[in-house]
Amino acid sequence: MAAARPGIAQGLSDLFWRRPKVLLAVLLIPPLLWLGVIYIGSLAALLVQSFFSIDEFSGLINYEFTLKTYAELLRPANFDIILRTTLMAAAVTVAAAIIAFPIAYYAARFAKGHMKALFYLGVMLPLWSSYLVKVYAWKLILAKEGILTWAVDGVGASAALNAILALPVIGGGSLSVSYIGTFLVFLYVWLPFMILPVQAALERVPANLLEASNDLGARPGQTLRHVILPLAMPGIIAGSIFTFSLTLGDYIIPQIVGSSRLFIGQAVYAHQGTAGNIPLAAAFAVVPIVIMGLYLWMAKRQGAFDAL
Amino acid sequence: MHSDRTPIALKIAAFAGLAFLHLPLLLIFVYAFTTEDRSYQWPPPGLTLKWFAVTWNRPDVWAALRLSLKVAAISTLVAMILGTLCAAAVSRAKFFGREAVSLLVILPIALPGIITGISLRSAFSLGEIPFSTLTIVLGHATFCIVVVYNNAVARFRRLSGSLIEASADLGANGFQTFRHVILPNISTALLAGGMLAFALSFDEVIVTTFTAGQQQTLPIWMLEELVRPRQRPVTNVVAMIVVLVTFLPILGAYYLTRGGTDTAGGGK
Repeated sequence: MAAARPGIAQGLSDLFWRRPKVLLAVLLIPPLLWLGVIYIGSLAALLVQSFFSIDEFSGLINYEFTLKTYAELLRPANFDIILRTTLMAAAVTVAAAIIAFPIAYYAARFAKGHMKALFYLGVMLPLWSSYLVKVYAWKLILAKEGILTWAVDGVGASAALNAILALPVIGGGSLSVSYIGTFLVFLYVWLPFMILPVQAALERVPANLLEASNDLGARPGQTLRHVILPLAMPGIIAGSIFTFSLTLGDYIIPQIVGSSRLFIGQAVYAHQGTAGNIPLAAAFAVVPIVIMGLYLWMAKRQGAFDAL
Repeated sequence: MHSDRTPIALKIAAFAGLAFLHLPLLLIFVYAFTTEDRSYQWPPPGLTLKWFAVTWNRPDVWAALRLSLKVAAISTLVAMILGTLCAAAVSRAKFFGREAVSLLVILPIALPGIITGISLRSAFSLGEIPFSTLTIVLGHATFCIVVVYNNAVARFRRLSGSLIEASADLGANGFQTFRHVILPNISTALLAGGMLAFALSFDEVIVTTFTAGQQQTLPIWMLEELVRPRQRPVTNVVAMIVVLVTFLPILGAYYLTRGGTDTAGGGK
């Protein structure tokens, strides 16, 4: 019957059936072309730009290969930016893991039926709702006349808040212009990205492993420490890829909530914009790529990609 | 001795965590009705509906909204086609470089958005390409591919190969099999992926700041208000509307991919 209806469609189907590699190529070429040309092509453009330099007198880009721009990164002012951003990313990642774990654990092991759906949507809605709106909400919360100050006053803890704000480095005039504020917003915005992979990892822990641990006399704390945590680790690492990478590259949160000291993303944005120093902006952008490259390489060795 | 009783401390920590995720969003809703228009005063001195009318009559908000919808629609379409093709290839065969392909798809969201942004910006600058709606779409479609891809790959994996063989045995050619067997089975996953891609593009700001030039999408409009607040009440209303608008596709995507055993051949 198939042979009775020759035609292009039939001919192509036969070809795909006999030569599966042809079908594979047809399927793969459009997306690979798009990602290869636009994305990898742009990354290459970025890399090339980072090896150019800017002429200090004319302000024009000097299209000659040089490492001068990378040397600029090591100047104390620029190196501080890199250090500050990496420390913030690490702090946000650790805090997100600590807050995410109980949510993920409860959702994975104890929530059933409607409760499970509630937890799922409860994480998905904040994850997908507008990034800028979330940042804006925190601007409202942290403002001096805002709800947090009001609540702290309400419970009579103003003295404690002022003591925290008086701390060197992390303190500031108010929460919305301090590193604590920046940290809170980062934590809030990226937290769902940690919960989901941790929950996925915990869902895969077989219940009989926990029973076995119990039968062998482990206290709940010991089971958590020696059975659950190691099995959740790939999920935590997968989540940390998101929280770490997103914090490294963000330039909007520290611009809106925080002190005026720059983060990597802000430096990239400032140098490509008014300063017109695209080579230095490109070199700055390569820093998160290198850090994330190392991080992904370590994560892959831990098997974290199976938990994505 | 193991019991399924939930430790109370765990329960408190879990629900406190959920509350932490949701209270800030609820706050937005209250602020949209406040009568205060100079500061972020809490509690609001009074409630009013006035700002909704003011926002409705703002041409700049409408223009930004139109551009955002246009960009999101085109980017979603491109991402759905490319993401599905890629998912079909990766899920049906083991081939050399398969891991590299899935890494390549994930890379645009695994690397910080600012890198995608500055990369495209420097490529446009090297190629002397002027900013336009197209340059925004190029960036958006690139990072939207992965959400469609993730949804489609999960569904393709559950789609039983025997269904496709049965279709071929019954005399259908590859295109008929795709039209009548594969497409009905993956359609809800594609729709869900498309909705998420739309939400992602509609909301994107970091890459857009590098690829938009002077054009204003709705997130860029909001960003300018955040950096230099001029119209706080209008911003409050826009923020609330954006929350509501993005919730719809997310809920839709959830109901479309819920369960997971409704796919034919999936119960093996």
